[in-house]
Amino acid sequence: MSKLKKSFHVKARDFIRAGEASINVQNLLKSMNFDPRLIRRVAICGYEGEMNAVMHGGDGNLSVEVDTDRLTLEISDEGPGIEDIELAMQAGYSTANDDHREMGFGAGMGLPNMKKNSDQIHIESQKNLGTVVRMIFFLPEEGKTN
Amino acid sequence: MKLEEILKTLNATLLVGDSQLNKEISRCGASDLMSDILAALSEDCLLLTGLTTVQVIRTAMVAGVGAVVFVRGKKPPQEVIDMAKAQGIPLISSPYSMFVSCGRLHASNLTGLDGKR
Repeated sequence: MSKLKKSFHVKARDFIRAGEASINVQNLLKSMNFDPRLIRRVAICGYEGEMNAVMHGGDGNLSVEVDTDRLTLEISDEGPGIEDIELAMQAGYSTANDDHREMGFGAGMGLPNMKKNSDQIHIESQKNLGTVVRMIFFLPEEGKTN
Repeated sequence: MKLEEILKTLNATLLVGDSQLNKEISRCGASDLMSDILAALSEDCLLLTGLTTVQVIRTAMVAGVGAVVFVRGKKPPQEVIDMAKAQGIPLISSPYSMFVSCGRLHASNLTGLDGKR
């Protein structure tokens, strides 16, 4: 059984509030006294994933689950899905528009950056059936540090 | 280099962060791509950018950026200033271009995000 699970709503195309869910996760993990380096990695993955959902996906959720040995971050949305996951994982590949680039995103670095900062990444997506991106961060054993 | 010296070097105006003029900064990243900053070792760095949206502040929060410089004399909207204030992230506006701002900081011995000059 997990020690904690918390979910935050992510609204599609709401560029003003985009990122708030990730900041909420960051603050939650800070209040639980996790290693600041781990919190930074989780927050970066959450933020990139949240921006993806806001820009390309549909309404969805960012959730964090803490177990004894791992932390799981999941971004799910009800959007159009990713047609070619392998292509989407390539650095520089992007389907973004000018609105996305004006905010400093859409350069095709989101998924590669999420892969780099997590220990495992799983993407489930089908055309018109939404996307789930799940990232695992392994926690050091009690009393040990990373 | 202290934030106060960075202000002088960039002939800049401090928009947020009166109480942090003694903050030490040694590394700089310059980009209008927030993913570049999120992908790099950007903790406690100076972020130079031409973007003035709320996403710059959220990127700074997530990545742990030390201070933000808006180049070409740009001033962000009030909600961006308010958000930075609430988060304690210093904001600076410099009249110089991105190129000249970076050149002046490099000439003052500041390094890139990876510590290289």
